[in-house]
Amino acid sequence: MSKKTLSGVNGVATNISGWLYLLPALLFLIAFMVYPLIDVFIYSFEEGYNSASQTSFGTGGYNYAYILRDPYFLKTVKNTFILVIITVPISTGLALLISLGLNSIRALKRLFQTIFFLPYVTNTLAVGLVFMILFRKTPYTDGLVNMIIGKFGISPVDFIDGPYWAKMLVLSVYVIWIVMPFKILILTSALASVPDVYYQSARIDGTSSWRVFWRITLPMISPMIVYLIITGFIGAFKAYSDAVAIFGVDLNAAGMNTIVGYVYDMLYGDGGGYPSYASAAAIVLFAIVLTITVINLIVSRKATDIT
Amino acid sequence: MKIKKTIIYFLLAVWALIVLFPFYWMVLSSIKSYASYAGEKIPKFFTTSPTLENYRSAFTAVPLARYFSNTLIFTLATTALMVIIIIFAAYAFARIDFKGRNLLFLGFLALMMIPNELVIITNFVTITDLGLRNSFTGLILPSVTSVFYIYLLKENFEQVPDELYYAAKVDGTSDLKYLFKVMVPICRPTIITVIILKVIECWNSYVWPRLITDDPAFYLVSNGIQELRENGLGRDNIPAMMAAVVAVSVPLIILFLIFRKKIMEGVSREGIKG
Amino acid sequence: MNVRMENITKVFPGRDRKSAGVTAVDNFSLELPDGKLVCLLGPSGCGKSTLLYMICGLETPTEGRIYFGDQDVTDIPSEKRGVGLVFQNYALYPHLTVKQIIKFPLENLKGDEKLSKEEMDKMALEAAKLVQIDGLMDRKPGQMSGGQQQRVAIARAIVKRPKVLLMDEPLSNLDARLRLHTREEIRRIQKETGITTIFVTHDQEEAMSISDLIVVMKDGVLHQMGKPQDVYDDPVNLFVAQFLGTPEINVFEGKVKDEGLYIGEDRVLEVRGVEDKDVFIGIRPEGFIVDDEGKLNCELKGINIMGRDITVLSSNGASKNVIRSIVSAETAIDSGSNKVRFNLKPHKTYIFDKDTEERIRFA
Ligand SMILES: Nc1ncnc2c1ncn2[C@@H]1O[C@H](COP(=O)(O)OP(=O)(O)OP(=O)(O)O)[C@@H](O)[C@H]1O
Ligand SMILES: [Mg+2]
Repeated sequence: MSKKTLSGVNGVATNISGWLYLLPALLFLIAFMVYPLIDVFIYSFEEGYNSASQTSFGTGGYNYAYILRDPYFLKTVKNTFILVIITVPISTGLALLISLGLNSIRALKRLFQTIFFLPYVTNTLAVGLVFMILFRKTPYTDGLVNMIIGKFGISPVDFIDGPYWAKMLVLSVYVIWIVMPFKILILTSALASVPDVYYQSARIDGTSSWRVFWRITLPMISPMIVYLIITGFIGAFKAYSDAVAIFGVDLNAAGMNTIVGYVYDMLYGDGGGYPSYASAAAIVLFAIVLTITVINLIVSRKATDIT
Repeated sequence: MKIKKTIIYFLLAVWALIVLFPFYWMVLSSIKSYASYAGEKIPKFFTTSPTLENYRSAFTAVPLARYFSNTLIFTLATTALMVIIIIFAAYAFARIDFKGRNLLFLGFLALMMIPNELVIITNFVTITDLGLRNSFTGLILPSVTSVFYIYLLKENFEQVPDELYYAAKVDGTSDLKYLFKVMVPICRPTIITVIILKVIECWNSYVWPRLITDDPAFYLVSNGIQELRENGLGRDNIPAMMAAVVAVSVPLIILFLIFRKKIMEGVSREGIKG
Repeated sequence: MNVRMENITKVFPGRDRKSAGVTAVDNFSLELPDGKLVCLLGPSGCGKSTLLYMICGLETPTEGRIYFGDQDVTDIPSEKRGVGLVFQNYALYPHLTVKQIIKFPLENLKGDEKLSKEEMDKMALEAAKLVQIDGLMDRKPGQMSGGQQQRVAIARAIVKRPKVLLMDEPLSNLDARLRLHTREEIRRIQKETGITTIFVTHDQEEAMSISDLIVVMKDGVLHQMGKPQDVYDDPVNLFVAQFLGTPEINVFEGKVKDEGLYIGEDRVLEVRGVEDKDVFIGIRPEGFIVDDEGKLNCELKGINIMGRDITVLSSNGASKNVIRSIVSAETAIDSGSNKVRFNLKPHKTYIFDKDTEERIRFA
């Protein structure tokens, strides 16, 4: 409350030194966050900006109109949405199950927690290669996954170069594998912080464990679940390196490009050099993310009001 | 009761298997000789004649060692610069009462919401215009500040009682010396956590290095792996590729096993902030 | 080194422009003689810490000057004033050992004052010996008891031989016995070093027992300064009279009429030279004499026999609180009766103006 500040020691000097201590951070943030943030909007409204000659013909919504008509962009939007819709619910639900399991055991708990966290500290590109190899079908071998599903009588599929849904499946599996550690960690600590007294009193009342879950555990950790769903949406909408890891840099050829991938392709690489299109695409992406986040918040508010 | 426990353990073990299997597979493939790997029409789960030959070819056929040292330089320089910058910034917010502090801090918090993808476009243009493509400076500069870590450290600095500052003043200490002799040592656990998280982030960074480097002399490991896969060892020398993948993954896994507790605490703090 | 304060005022600005500031210290002037232990005494929030922080340079006065000897130190930063400060909660650096903590101020000396490593070690050990913690040099604060930490704080404050030693309620975290013991220690150390020491407390008994001088303040204003016994025996106003002494002084409402002091209808004392007016009357617990013919009539509420003394509890319409009087154990009191009568000792009875609460002296 009555926190003492140090102004008493020397008013003017502390003013200057305060800004001085902040100076490096401020400079970097202004140069690489604030300015770019403004700039990206400007770019997105400059028609035909050319990064080589640094000229544009005028301002307007042209860039937006262009990307919204670009079949490649529309394809990335479709891919991204499908990926989000598959991975967010599955990963969140699975993480909840696993956390509940973890929370109810004692022996080996730490070992499991350590193992489950491993994907968090791995290089996305490196491990993606392993997934690629596990799922790949080549003229020489059908690959491990095909061998396993073959045991169930399913004929081999090329998951990397084959049908769309097979590719989407691999990508989803990999994305889920990558995002699980964070979700498990957050949910286990949320579950662990539910005070024991609630469970004890429920036991005294003879409540069934199913009811305990729905009436006590879930409401208590629901803020964290909402948080995970929202960050999960944001993260999945920004998926990119996972896709590169599995299908290689030329995602358009694989038909697996994501919105973020489109942004980078427009910016740099074979089709690159169009920062205006890239900016417009980035802003469209964040308009989508923002909308979904707001909807999420409203829905979760409603849901908690009902329970 | 017994049955329920068994089912839980079984399911957890299944997930553990799914998590661990890719690691097992990459190590296994990396020690199979090329000939025996290529000859396996049906993949085998073990090998009877392990070899380290693939590691040799991974390090000789492509400049993997180079990618490693690049990544090391990039990681160390970025982390070191960032730690110094955020210590100063956090100190200013936590301990110095200057005009405009609260407003500025609010601005900082707002920056926490800004996704990287939105600013990376201009940063790419800026760095290109400055002629810093294919240089460590260009790689490092945009990531030497982190609003979230400033926030984390500020919270921690604020828990150091004011009296210690007064005591240090009476003891004749300058502000700067107080910061480094008292605040930093007391908050060392948080600083270490921040360092480790940043190291992980640097080691795995892919998008920015990919945009800003096209000269393999400046590739980081992620780009190296990607390069390797596209046109490095020949598309089908999988064992050598897996040797490279193992080499890239091992440092972080060791780091994780050493600092397991700190890393998991730090990451879950990231969750709490939401 | 004597310390002189001239018209010191400290106003803390309000939260925003609209809200008024807090005047923590108000036009405070005082001279503290060299080599003495002075207690700064006053209720919580009266500005003691603020005053102390201004003396050591952690706060700047809004107005007024502070002198150490002849030198005006008002604008000199804390680190150059040569003061030692012991904090209420010790403020020991948690990551350093006792030895490192005590050496810390020495390591900050610069220029001519710079010390060699050996000198520092020697001085640190001397300071540690003085407070008898030389056996704990390698511990960290977390591994020590409150009393030990407290002594480390003192060692740190005195190691660079400060001109002035300041202590902000250094005993408030200790248990009763340790408090008693430590305050004797502080007295001993102060005598041995001869450093001018200012000791802040709101415990009047602590102040009375160790200080050469006490300074009583309230709401940022100096009320009285003097030797402990003098201030106790001769308070300048009702606040000082009430603040010093356990049990607290008994206060009655009364009046002076025809050079006589009245409590209710009882004319309890002759007060020559005082004009007629309404007054407060303060009577120390030891100022009562039980007497069957006594002039002050009270209702007897109870008797507590405590060794050599008897505490008599009684009530009177003119006093809001129960009246506590302490009389010798030999006094015969009829506990069956519900009345008790007292005569008053004139030098233990003080009268105060009802409006200003200032003392009114009588012959
Ligand atoms: N930094 C500050 N900003 C605003 N008001 C303050 C500040 N520091 C102290 N005050 C106010 O000044 C007054 C005196 O405070 P001070 O800390 O000097 O009291 P104290 O006599 O030391 O009390 P205690 O015995 O409880 O320690 C109090 O009303 C306090 O609320
Ligand atoms: Mg105080």
